[in-house]
Formats: sequence, C-alpha cells, structure tokens
Amino acid sequence: MEQKKAPIYEALLKHKLERIVHFDVPGHKGGRGNKELTEFLGENCLKVDVNSMKPLDNLNHPVSVIKYAQELAAEAFGANSCFFIVNGTTAAVQAMVMSVCKAGEKIIMPRNVHKSAINALVLSGAIPVYVNPGINKRLGIALGMSIIDIEKTIKKNPDAKAILVNNPTYYGICSNLRKIVEIAHKYNMMVLVDEAHGTHFYFEENLPVSAMEAGADMAAVSMHKTGGSLTQSSILLCGENVNSDYIRQVINLTQTTSASYLLLSSLDLARKNLVLNGKEIIRKIIELSQYARDEINKLGGYYAFSKELIDRDAIYDFDITKLSVNTRDIGLSGVEVYDILRDEYGIQIEFGDLSNILAVISSGDRDMEIERLVSALYEIKRIYSKDSTSIYDHNYINPEVVYTPQKAFYSNKKSVPIKNSKGKISGEFIMAYPPGIPILAPGERITEEIIDYIIYNKEKGSLLMGTEDMNIENIKVMEE
Amino acid sequence: MELWFTEKHIENARFSIKIKKQLFSEQSQFQRIDILESYNFGKILVLDGYLMITEKDEFIYHEMITHVPMAVNPEIKDVLVIGAGDGGTIRELTRYKTIQKIDMVEIDEMVVKTCKKYIPQTASKLDDSRVNIYFEDGLKYVRSKKEEYDLIIVDSTDPFGPGEGLFTKEFYGNCYKALKENGILINQHESPYYPKDALAMQKAHKKIKSVFPLAYVYQAHIPTYPSGHWLFGFASKGFNPVDDLKAQKWNSLGLKTRYYNTELHKGCFALPNYVKELLKNA
Repeated sequence: MEQKKAPIYEALLKHKLERIVHFDVPGHKGGRGNKELTEFLGENCLKVDVNSMKPLDNLNHPVSVIKYAQELAAEAFGANSCFFIVNGTTAAVQAMVMSVCKAGEKIIMPRNVHKSAINALVLSGAIPVYVNPGINKRLGIALGMSIIDIEKTIKKNPDAKAILVNNPTYYGICSNLRKIVEIAHKYNMMVLVDEAHGTHFYFEENLPVSAMEAGADMAAVSMHKTGGSLTQSSILLCGENVNSDYIRQVINLTQTTSASYLLLSSLDLARKNLVLNGKEIIRKIIELSQYARDEINKLGGYYAFSKELIDRDAIYDFDITKLSVNTRDIGLSGVEVYDILRDEYGIQIEFGDLSNILAVISSGDRDMEIERLVSALYEIKRIYSKDSTSIYDHNYINPEVVYTPQKAFYSNKKSVPIKNSKGKISGEFIMAYPPGIPILAPGERITEEIIDYIIYNKEKGSLLMGTEDMNIENIKVMEE
Repeated sequence: MELWFTEKHIENARFSIKIKKQLFSEQSQFQRIDILESYNFGKILVLDGYLMITEKDEFIYHEMITHVPMAVNPEIKDVLVIGAGDGGTIRELTRYKTIQKIDMVEIDEMVVKTCKKYIPQTASKLDDSRVNIYFEDGLKYVRSKKEEYDLIIVDSTDPFGPGEGLFTKEFYGNCYKALKENGILINQHESPYYPKDALAMQKAHKKIKSVFPLAYVYQAHIPTYPSGHWLFGFASKGFNPVDDLKAQKWNSLGLKTRYYNTELHKGCFALPNYVKELLKNA
C-alpha cells in the first residue's frame, strides 16, 4: 500500500478547496459563527471541523477514505484490521474487553490496569480474575506479569475468555508477551493488550516486541501519547482471529456518531509520519532519554532506571524511551518533586507517584529541554533534599475482590467517611491520577492498609479522584 | 537598489538600518547567523533576525557588562562568561591584568568563527592565553561547577531560541553554586520598555532574587536595542554594587573607557519609577 498517502487529510484538503455551502452541522460553519474561537484556534482548524459527508466517509460505517486510512494504519502496525477511535484509548480498551466477554464471563488481568479496563467490567458485567503483578520494593513500582503466575491463574480458571496485558506499563516495564500469547491461545483465550504507552514499539526493532508482532489478538494503542496525533485520538488493532465486523458493532455501542475530523486527520498524518520518519524520530528519542538517564544518575540521589532491571520474568523487557526516575534517596516523594518542578521551575512532567517521577520524551523535545530538566533536578536535590527514611515503601496492595465491579457499582450504597470504612466493600473507585491505576475498585474490601495508603497519598499531595465526594473524604460502600 | 535591515520591536513599531551589503548568512545548528555592513553602524551581527551588536554602539554594552562588577571587586581572578560569542565581553575583561582565567561557554561555534572573521573589533582578544572557550550548553556547563568562579557574566541572547535555558531558575541556582563565597553574577537583563521584554525582565529578576541574597538592576542606553533602554542584573552573595564600589582603586588602573566611569556606576543603579515598580511587582 502507498504509505505516503493520507486519505482523510487529502479528502479534507480537497473539501476545503471546494467551498461547499453548509446547511449541516457543526453550526459554527467553518468558524464564521464563533469569531473568538476561530481567532484562538486558527481558521484552518475550524474549516476542517466538519461533519461526516459523502466525500469524507463515516467512522461508524467506513466505506471510502476512513476505510482506506484504517487499512493503511493496519498495514503500518502489522495488524489484520484497525479502527480509529476518537473517544480516547479508554474507548479502545473498553471495546476490547466488551467484545470478548459478556456478563458473568471471566477475564484475567493484572490489578494494576488503567481504570478504563475496570470501567469496562462495570459496563459489561464481566468478572475479573486478578494476577498479582510483582512489586519492586526498592522502586515501589508494580512490575509486569510473570509467566508462572499466569499459568497458574489460567489453569485455575480455564473458563476465562481472555487475558488482558498492560504492556508496557506507564514506567516502561514489559511482560513476556510472546509466551503469554502462546499459553493463552493453547487454552483458547484471547490476548488483549493495553498498549497505550507502546505506539513507538511498532517502528523501531530495538524496542520491546509489539502486541501485533507477538501475536496478540487485539491492542489498544494511544497514538496521541507517543505517536504524535491529537489528544483523545487512538487506534484499536486486531489480529487475524478476530471478527472485525463484530468489533465495529461493539465500538459503535459507545463511540460518538459525530467523530471529529481534526482527530481523524491527526491519526492519518501521525501514521504517515511514523511510517516515513518513525525510525529516525525514535532513535533520537532513545538518544535523548539515554543522555538524560546518564546525566541524572551522575547527580546522585536519583535513580533513572533502565534495562539493568530486566530479569526475563516480571520485568521481561524495558522500554528505554521512558524516563522514569526514582527519587527516594533524596528524601522526597515523586509527587513532591513533580510539584516543585511545576511550581518553581516551570517544568511539567507526566506524573509523580510516591517514589518516582516519569518524564515523557518525544519527537518534540530538544537538547535544551533535557538540560533544563537535569539542572532543575540537581537544584531540587541541592535545595530540598531530606532524610530519606520517611518515604513509604509500598505501593501495590493485593485486593480482596468480594463482588464483581458491576454488581458493586450498581448496588445500594451508603456514604461513610473513608477513615471509618475499614472492612466495608467499596462501591466506587479511588485512584491517583495520573497514573490512573485504582487503589480501590468497586467490589473490593477496604482494609486498614488501604485507608493508610489513601491518607498518605493525600498528605503527599497526590491528586486523588474517583469517588462521588469531590474532596475524597467519604466513600460509598455497599449496604450490607 | 536600497537594502534595509528591519527588526520588529513590537507588532506596530520597527527599527530599520540601511545596509551596504550582506557579508555572511548561514544557518548553524542553533540559529541563523547574518553579518551585515551598514552605512552608519559599521558591521552588524544578527541572530535569528535579532540585532545583537553593531560596531558603532557595542562598546556601551560590553563596558557596562564588565566594568561594573570589576570596579566592585577588583580582586576578581576567575571569570566564567556564558554566551558572548562576538567576543566583546572577553575583550573588555582581558584588559585586567589581575584576571587569571576566563572560561567562555558559547553554544554555537559558528558565531565565534564568524565574528573572528568579520568583526575583529569585538573578537580580537578571543585568542588571549587566559581564555578557554568551550562550545557547549551553558546550563550543562555550570551544573558540574562548584565554588570555582569570582564572577559569572551571562551575555546571552533573548529568552527565546537557544538562549532560553539561560533565563531559568535552575540556571541561576546552578550559577550560585558555581560561584565562590564573594561571587557576583551579571546578566543581560532585557529591557523594561516594550511589554514582552518587560515581562522577560520581570521574570528574570524574580528568579534571580529567589536564588541570590542580593539582586540589583542597572541600566544603560544602547541606541540599537529595542527602545534603547537596556538593563543588566547584578546579583551577589555579599557585595553591594554601590556601597562596595572601589572607585579610587578602579580609576588608578587607568583604563580608558568611552561609556563607563565610576560616577556613572553610582548613577546607573538609580532607576526610573516605572522600572522600580516593575521590579517590585516581579
């Protein structure tokens, strides 16, 4: 196929030249109806913010340019078929889960999944079977899935329909995807990969294996994260064992019928750019990340970790484009470093957890930004470092799942103060965002350890969310 | 044929100089470099379309960025200069026999090469035996230095483009650490007049003030810079720029200057009310 083409983008260019008179939505009509917005976003942008029409195809039932663009993307990512998603990777993850298991059916997943996966269980009524991801005590991060744990879980639950793998994790940790696929397929289970942070795996052979290459059945890929498309745009990739016409129906259950052409064209152009220039772009990113890691590790007190963690099990591989830095030895939590970087140095990083920060390095970065980050980290160490013994040394708590997320979410609930909720069963989520991995999910028993952990997170300044109570003082629990 | 160099100072105000000919134009790894020959201002160095120096008025800038700290602490021996690819700051510093070492860190080697070839008026002393030139990022360079310098001069471009890192709090903090006990930091401090420059000036002052116990601002009149009204920063770990002025000592050196003198030194720290206001609200 002609990867230099960008069918949606080209159709929009042509559409602009035709100067069509619009008696359809959107009502701003090329921006004329909202001058301030047009001035802010630019006329070009508003002119292509159009609705589905004959020459521009329709995302819900693609037959021309969108179909072609999706086929090009499928080829680029080595997939059998590809769907453009405009409701975020959240929608892609939900479509994966809902297309393989119905209410009452089991799905195996690590507990450190993004909330979108557990949300999918609330919607579908599927039953989660959690595999405990290992935890690296020194770094305080959850790891990948170990093959022994997966085998054990599969044998105990041979009726499970699918296994969901989070690969790579936010921190860049990868599981042994090929082996997981082999085992799962042996037991007739589908393999779904939340590959939100792995777009670049498809375009540089020195990075960990991608989901499609490993033979996974579906993968949700956040093109907007490292692929260069606009925020909220994403793709869902499918392998050959998947009935893609059924997947489209599942996607259409929740996806908008007014898909944004800004998002669609950004996916189209991002795919083209990745195919044509991806290798070079990713090599530059790897070079910058490696330089940053070396410089940060020279500062002392910080640990920018990388491939040395690989143990060929729960850390089967590592994504070296990620710049994850452990901050424990300077006596500051990642959240604190995150805040100081933002408030004192004007540097916005992706997130800070209790003992790490994560900086996303991408094609948009230059040497100068890296120097600023490294120098600011040095200053933070020089000015703010403290005794390091006060840092919490745990950040994964194995949950006791009492009811399915759906049953718990839709049950009769009452509100109680979090600090008095010990022993109760949660009816809602609590998570720090980012990374958006639930500390508590609906249906799980609240323990003292969890309460302490929530309170500690709040004290350290983590942005907690999920409960109906916006102040995260009270939690809705199931009525007994 | 008429050839004009025009710099947009603000959206609706421009500054133009009639040009005899363009001597050099090249894109380096970091910026576009142009050397122009004018009728009234001699040769002109332009980076990314912004006028950096002219042969006619560069003396004002270079005298004011060097002699002010040297007259406060004539004992200065180890100097770090960041930026300054045209060499003018180095030229003034090399006039002091008491200075033992001048480390110059310029990110863009092409600027130095070009100025050596076309503007020897400023670049003439870059080969002085006390001068060590490092072609690297200034922010990176200071990161590894600890209590090594008596004086750091930040002779940078504007806070957008390659000079951006030199207007950051992390950079000023790293400079603080690289200075000895009595160290002084001098920086090109933008202009208080046009809003965009004034904002950059306020931001720089706020950051320097948060790092150094003493932070002052002084002014000079530089005809070819936007509005002509330009500022420098004087930050130190102890020296007060006016109270600690060693006028007699400096005058005894017998350095001939065209703009700077020790009376002007005292006066240049006296600022217009609107500038004081801007600094107060920084």
